[in-house]
Amino acid sequence: MSLIVKTVTRLTAWLILLYGINIILHGHLTPGGGFAGGVIIALSFIHLTLAYGKDAVLRQLSKEAVHVWESVGALAFLAIALFGGAAGYFFANFLPAGEPFNLFSAGSIPLSNIAIGIKVWAGLFSIFLALVLLRINRGDK
Amino acid sequence: MSGNSLLIPCFVAVPLAGAFLNSLVGRRVRALPEFLGALAAFILVGLSLMALQSVRADSVWVYQVGGWKLPLGISLVLDGLTAFMLVTVNAVAFAIVVYARDYMERYTSKDLFYTLLLLMLAGMNGVLIAGDLFNLFVFLEIAAVASYALVAFGTERHELEAAFKYGVMGSVASLFILLGIALLYGMTSTLNLADMSQSLAGHSEADLLLMVSALFLMGFGLKTALVPFHAWLPDAHPSAPAPISAMLSGVLIKCLGIYALSRIFFNVIGMSPRVLTLLMYWGALSMMAGVILAMGQRDLKRLLAYSTISQVGYVVLGLGLGTPLGFLGVVLHLFNHSIAKALLFLVSGALEYATGTRDLHNMGGLRSRMPVTHTASFVAAMSIAGMPPFGGFWSKLLIIMAAVEAGHLGFAVWAVIVSVLTLALFAGVMKNIFWGEPGLRWQGVREVPGCMQASMLALALFSLLSGTLLVPGIREKFLLQASAALAQGTNYAHMIMSQI
Repeated sequence: MSLIVKTVTRLTAWLILLYGINIILHGHLTPGGGFAGGVIIALSFIHLTLAYGKDAVLRQLSKEAVHVWESVGALAFLAIALFGGAAGYFFANFLPAGEPFNLFSAGSIPLSNIAIGIKVWAGLFSIFLALVLLRINRGDK
Repeated sequence: MSGNSLLIPCFVAVPLAGAFLNSLVGRRVRALPEFLGALAAFILVGLSLMALQSVRADSVWVYQVGGWKLPLGISLVLDGLTAFMLVTVNAVAFAIVVYARDYMERYTSKDLFYTLLLLMLAGMNGVLIAGDLFNLFVFLEIAAVASYALVAFGTERHELEAAFKYGVMGSVASLFILLGIALLYGMTSTLNLADMSQSLAGHSEADLLLMVSALFLMGFGLKTALVPFHAWLPDAHPSAPAPISAMLSGVLIKCLGIYALSRIFFNVIGMSPRVLTLLMYWGALSMMAGVILAMGQRDLKRLLAYSTISQVGYVVLGLGLGTPLGFLGVVLHLFNHSIAKALLFLVSGALEYATGTRDLHNMGGLRSRMPVTHTASFVAAMSIAGMPPFGGFWSKLLIIMAAVEAGHLGFAVWAVIVSVLTLALFAGVMKNIFWGEPGLRWQGVREVPGCMQASMLALALFSLLSGTLLVPGIREKFLLQASAALAQGTNYAHMIMSQI
């Protein structure tokens, strides 16, 4: 990609990433949450891949690492549900709820949001990588 | 009756944990994917037997996820039909996982295979325990999407094509179902099955309900592959690896199609005579079309896939009769067909493993070379064809008796004719593959490895003995509870609401 695209990407990828994290962390307070935030984070990685090429991104974050993060996100979400089960009900909110509208409130819901965010980010990004890599493999033939 | 037991959510949590652990560490440790898959399936068999033990015909278990009260929260429900289906699905899944240990040696990415298989199992178990329509849909999609990927697992050209076709048809079916759910939600303002059923009882919008019924019939008809919605099945089921074909034909279409259809129509919307009549004719059409189409096939797995369409027709005919005896026949035939058709697909996998072909006209005389596979195949084929004393005989007999009892003599005769044709079909299959003089070409063929044999023999034993499920004392626990859940109709809602 051209210098303009690369420069703009360098400036905006971080903003998109931080915005995604913000959406995830405020999932229990404002619209959005784990899924929406995860999509936005994945977009920042896709943005980098489009501007700098897959090699530059895969050097920093390999396909295997994305795969691991995806499984970790899913397992973390399941673990939170099972911790709730230990506290009485599957998915029960086992942490103190705190003050409404505070960042640190709503018990285990922000943790679930973070787990979903990781899962969605890694899932979407690995789908994107699969499409990118598949196309290149076909080009080799 | 404690609604607090973690037993019910474990049916989803265990396979999900197995799936994601597999995808996390399966690639790094040799033989771990097989172990995790077998362990998860084994635990699920144990859990489903516990569920069967604890459920009673006159009550249901309701689990309120997160402690949120009905009808606001998500509920998981365990009743006789659910427990019956859970036992069937998980028992077949366990046999398949054992079989896959040796069979999948020829494939790469075994960790992904077991991840997808367990995800599909989680989806199916989720459909069975879901107490609200939206979760039912979500789990249905989990199972369906995992199965699209599994059909394409070999990544050969025809497998990808079949998976694409299956994916498109599956998505169309899901869209019909989702639209139906949206309309029902608009009518009743709730997604909980019990609450929805009570709300619909006081509803007068018959036209809208007719539209919803039509959407569900098309959607679930596609998932069940009833004629004329069957075109994807003979491509999709044979293209998958044999254990997956067994899973798809054996249990997936029954969970996603028959179970969901009967749960929604009998227990939520309430069955109308019009829909019952439609189901009878639909079942009869599928029975005949399936078996006639199967006769023209040379590829063993395609033949089995067409036979699935025919046998599911029996189940739908039995549902359409709408009598308690018909329901008993339906649940027994679901069980018999799950076991026998899964077994036949495993046999086809064993034959392909040993000879490298699935072409019926190329095989012959394999009986002496593969005695275990022959025995298993014989039991399963005779069960599907409905020969006494094999399991399939009893369930077909019940459905035919129910048809006579309900005054539908024509359907009873029709079912007998299809059964005779099925016998002719499978006699031909046995002759082409196993009987006759062994060709020189198959001199070097040897019996398949131990795990595959053990799994096939276990399923054959179940298939042989499933008639004993009708013995008084056993039938109350397993079959009658399930058929009673169908026969109770919309009383289902009262049973659930009385639990809270």
